[in-house]
Amino acid sequence: MSAFIEKLWEMGPVMVGGVPHANEIGMKFVAIDKGRGTLSLPYNTALIGDPRSRVISGGAVTTLLDQACGMAAMAAFDELMPIATLSLRIDYQRAATPGETVIAEAICYKTTRHVAFIRAVAHDGDPDNPVATAQACFMITGPAYGTSKAKETDAKKSGENS
Amino acid sequence: MTQRLAEDLIASIPYAKTLGIEARLMGEDFFLVLPYLRSNIGNPSLPALHGGAVGGFMEVCAMAELRRHNPDLPFSKPIGINIDYLRRGKPVETFARAEIIKEGRRVANVRVRAWQESVDKPIAALSGHFLLPTPT
Repeated sequence: MSAFIEKLWEMGPVMVGGVPHANEIGMKFVAIDKGRGTLSLPYNTALIGDPRSRVISGGAVTTLLDQACGMAAMAAFDELMPIATLSLRIDYQRAATPGETVIAEAICYKTTRHVAFIRAVAHDGDPDNPVATAQACFMITGPAYGTSKAKETDAKKSGENS
Repeated sequence: MTQRLAEDLIASIPYAKTLGIEARLMGEDFFLVLPYLRSNIGNPSLPALHGGAVGGFMEVCAMAELRRHNPDLPFSKPIGINIDYLRRGKPVETFARAEIIKEGRRVANVRVRAWQESVDKPIAALSGHFLLPTPT
């Protein structure tokens, strides 16, 4: 395991818990590896989308997949890059089982200078019986964090509006 | 539909309540509001709204619009959705409006636009297919 991946393992729980919205819905860090990220979302009645079936909302699964894809994209580089979701395609194969934890496993299979390409699957125990599958593109929004180039960009951006 | 019915529709979804979503009806114009809440932030250092929160907001918007068209039916279910992120979601109020492109017997195609200060500057767009519920 590279030093960077080791660092991401240490940062993992904070990377998820430190994100207010991930924390709000109860997302948990599971694992990280080169170009891979796994997260979980325990069942939570605050996430119910259909009160009749008590199934969690598609939006909660979307959020879990988005976060897992972002983690896989981050882990695909050798240093910490600032990233942002550009596009997210989600296909819902079935309803998540009420009461079950949803797990999202993402793989970043290709990176270019500006874009990371990721696919992910959300399931509730058996990856061969997915709840949803996702395909995402993330934009690399600047130079690696902590570099002198990144500080210059930050200074420029602070005056920018949109 | 009345403003009261629009509010009840959103209040019946616990997930919409978690995001803080509100419904607005102005004449025939129906749209949703996502007030700024720190709990919807994805990147605290920028700061920016979580892409998932914006995506979930637009999904709720699409489903609410379908429900508004078929008030006697239960909620439709998303089949496949595409979300494009166009601008950073700033820590301010966000709006979303849905348009039903096609409504068939089983499936509807819906587009949603989310914006903040100006409707001409969308921050995200969703297009997707939703499975319409069968009458019970």
